[in-house]
Amino acid sequence: MAAEQEALTPGSYIGHHLAFFEKPVGQGGFWTLNLDSLLVSVLLGVVGIGFIWWVVRGATSGVPNKRQAFVELACEFVDKQAKDIFHGDRSFIAPAALTVFVWVLLMNAMDFLPVDMMGWITHRFAPHGFRIVPTADVNTTFALALSVWLLMIYFSIAVKGAGGWIHELFCAPFGSNPLLWPANLLFNLVEYISKPLSHALRLFGNMYAGEIIFLLLWMMAGAGLAGTVFAVPLALAWAIFHILIVVLQAYIFMMLTIVYISMAHESH
Amino acid sequence: MEKLQLVAMIQAYTGIGIGLMVGLGALGACVGVGIMCSRFLEGAARQPEMIPALQAKVFLLLGLIDASFIIGLGIGMFFAFANPLLGALGG
Repeated sequence: MAAEQEALTPGSYIGHHLAFFEKPVGQGGFWTLNLDSLLVSVLLGVVGIGFIWWVVRGATSGVPNKRQAFVELACEFVDKQAKDIFHGDRSFIAPAALTVFVWVLLMNAMDFLPVDMMGWITHRFAPHGFRIVPTADVNTTFALALSVWLLMIYFSIAVKGAGGWIHELFCAPFGSNPLLWPANLLFNLVEYISKPLSHALRLFGNMYAGEIIFLLLWMMAGAGLAGTVFAVPLALAWAIFHILIVVLQAYIFMMLTIVYISMAHESH
Repeated sequence: MEKLQLVAMIQAYTGIGIGLMVGLGALGACVGVGIMCSRFLEGAARQPEMIPALQAKVFLLLGLIDASFIIGLGIGMFFAFANPLLGALGG
């Protein structure tokens, strides 16, 4: 920790651990790249999807070895979820869901690494802060959710045609009477805005709040013997619960991806 | 001195706001999860062979019900540690 550069107060400890490794490419916060999220997410994507690609490349149709069996289990699990929800051609949805699931799971799992120990490595090139969990950065989760949103719109137009989609925007779900057009449009707009918003913020909120609670518990543990005695069991309980949350949130993100894209294929 | 008073006022109201956000969100989430799990237990008692299928749905719904609460918690934490309302004061 940077204890010799600044006085270690609770606020500065938490502030340091919430600081991104930023690179401005323009004026203002919008044009600032969070290099830590970008680097870690790309690295994890290459590692995760690359591992699956490498195993599939050397796959045999005879008796599979453990690696191949593991990848087959994962693919069958995701395919079963896609089959239960979407009853059409899932040659796009199932691989997209697998990609999302593996990537989000790996990114969430970065939360298992202790932040102060990671600081020993990252302080060399990022002294002001380095966030190792990409999904605790609202930019990453919104990027994923907006990609799913664009896929939703693309499939709506591809399946129903541009005219059919506009018709559905104005006439579903209340009816095609012109008096109901504003109500239908409002309803559909709310749906189209709330879906990516909740999709992104659910994942972000879970990971960000989890990290904050860890930081607060470490702060309590550093506050004397009584603090440590109380903080360690609480931190253990929260860490075990967080394992469930990491997997669950990746699973929910994948399921909602499947549900949103399959709903885009339906016509009213 | 005047500025300190203003900062204290902003912090006080922010603190109350965070408490309301987290408390009311937790209230809603816990009641919702309680209702859902009670239905699951009822269904599991009637049809024990459906337990594996229902359990998967229970976890999915657990995450969905928790969503608004966790979003509120995230916003609360944001106000706790990087209060943007203080920025208007330049402090």
